[in-house]
Amino acid sequence: MHSVDVRSVTKSWGVTTAVADVSFAVKQGHLTVLLGPSGCGKSTMLRMIAGLEEPTSGTIEIGGRDVAGLTGAARGVAMVFQSYALFPHLTVADNITFGLSVRGAPKAEIAARLARVAGVLGLEALLARKPAQLSGGQQQRVALGRALIAEAPVCLLDEPLSNLDAQLRQDLRREIRALQQRLGITMVYVTHDQTEAMSMADEVILMRAGRIEQQGAPADLYDQPATLFTARFIGGTPMSFLDLDDGRDGAVIIGTTGPALFAGPGKGRVLGLRPEDVTVDSEGAAGSIHAVVTAVEYLGGEALVTCMIGERPILARVRGKDVPAVGAAVGVRWQPSAAHIFEASSGRRVAAEIGSAVRSKLQTVSH
Amino acid sequence: MGRGKARAVSSVRQRHLNIHIQGWLLALPAVVLLAAFTHIPAIKTVIDSFYSTPHGVRPARFIGLTQYQSLIADPIFWRAFTNNLLYALITVPLAIGFALVMALWVNGRISGRAGLRLAFFTPTILPMVAAANIWLFFYTQDYGLLNKIGRALGFASVNWLGDQATALPSLMAVTVWKEAGFFMIFYLAALQQVPPDLYEAARMENASRWQVFRRITWPMVMPTTLFVGINALINAFRVVDQVIAMTGGGPDNATTLLLFYIYQVAFSFWDLGYAAALSTVLLTGLAAVALAQFFLIDRKVHYR
Repeated sequence: MHSVDVRSVTKSWGVTTAVADVSFAVKQGHLTVLLGPSGCGKSTMLRMIAGLEEPTSGTIEIGGRDVAGLTGAARGVAMVFQSYALFPHLTVADNITFGLSVRGAPKAEIAARLARVAGVLGLEALLARKPAQLSGGQQQRVALGRALIAEAPVCLLDEPLSNLDAQLRQDLRREIRALQQRLGITMVYVTHDQTEAMSMADEVILMRAGRIEQQGAPADLYDQPATLFTARFIGGTPMSFLDLDDGRDGAVIIGTTGPALFAGPGKGRVLGLRPEDVTVDSEGAAGSIHAVVTAVEYLGGEALVTCMIGERPILARVRGKDVPAVGAAVGVRWQPSAAHIFEASSGRRVAAEIGSAVRSKLQTVSH
Repeated sequence: MGRGKARAVSSVRQRHLNIHIQGWLLALPAVVLLAAFTHIPAIKTVIDSFYSTPHGVRPARFIGLTQYQSLIADPIFWRAFTNNLLYALITVPLAIGFALVMALWVNGRISGRAGLRLAFFTPTILPMVAAANIWLFFYTQDYGLLNKIGRALGFASVNWLGDQATALPSLMAVTVWKEAGFFMIFYLAALQQVPPDLYEAARMENASRWQVFRRITWPMVMPTTLFVGINALINAFRVVDQVIAMTGGGPDNATTLLLFYIYQVAFSFWDLGYAAALSTVLLTGLAAVALAQFFLIDRKVHYR
């Protein structure tokens, strides 16, 4: 049984469609991230799961039950808002227990649950404070506590970390994930930050313009991006894209005469390479393509090197010691399996067999 | 060297002085106006209350607390005081209640709410004397609107403003009607300041409309309630035009309020010394209310 089952849900306001025929399921105890740029419909999708918006068409089931017409606690979901939505006039304790007291839970039970949640989140010392007296991270924890205390089967989080600084974001990312796994909560988590998605999720649903672009485990989206959009969106440093052309022995990088990357047409196709898959060698090394270093971005343990193949830039991550100088002529190379090939017009990934290259044919390089 | 340093210090001091002088110069017009028309008359009134009223050839002389002693013994003062207290205790909560209900109503998603807002605000725009005349027509004994409606429903005609029992409540109704629309504007502004996701958080917990009002809306507009309450309280002790236009304090002082009584004592009976003593009492009361607002309440109700 699935915890959340979304079946061909559409949401439109007049002529604008925010979510178009989206279906997915969230397994019990999984953390699923709805990822995408702003305006892709991920927040609307989450609000429909919460019951704050009703879908125009389609059904949403939670715990195997159609929940149309129910909101929040009544459908077994709790939510953490992007702004935290803490009640400024209530103490931390009253904020966390708001839902229980509204539903008239017995006082002793409220106190016991509050103690448990405060213990889990390390809020014991802050219970008497007002939200304005808390730091951003503490407010976040209170919002999380308010969602957890009801022990609802599904917990929804709407960009919960977007108002925090980078260090805190990283800490809370780990904390939320650990908590989710320890308590076995089903979570649906909305973010536009791919790092958050990749580091926390059991499953990532990448959305674009109201539709699901690709869904799968973080590694699937990273290793096998199905479209140019996914390839661009996923990954810490952006993927480099090089247009291909028809060469004598197969597809070549546009503006070069070789070597052929694979047998078959290159025109209208795009080669995508992650900087971490590209190695920079000395010029003329066997199997490498001639390039010139134009920029080096120092990142500490490693450096991001921008090279030009002809007039096309390609990025490479290089370990600290071997960083080439700007202006140096180098050879760049990559494993054939690291190459992602896309159809330029449709943006679709081209079948993997083509990627298994004729790289053995690689000869010395000229451009 | 030493002299140079001393000069530098003195020039810094001079610059500071300049800033102070500039500040006072900028505030001067307001200070002059406030002093000439508010502070000096107020102090003069307090001083006058310790002197007898001058009559023709007999100049005012210092008589200490005599005016205050006769004030305590004056039954009309006590009548005016209790009338006014009653007036405040009834009109302030009623006006606030109506204002909040109207604000909640026109803040919701209803059609024609701009028209409704304007309709609720209209009484505030009307001059008091004009409004008083409209209500005089409502209250008139034989052909007044209220009595016509009452008679149609089978009730006996009531002399609303002529009867001791109904005169003061009739005046209160006018005040509530006139002030509620004004206070509604403040509540409307306060309601729009409440972040909408607080209401969504409450919706997630399936809180009822009453719970949302009692536990979120009401505390969130509390600063406005206190502001409006204090202002309404002060206004209630400053009512005079309405009394003059509608009842002249009658029947038998049933509608005499403090400021109206002061006006009568000063400009009908020309007992200026006694009027000064009455004014001092009223002024002290209002100052106490204002101080309470500044020092107690502002500190207690603060969310951000």
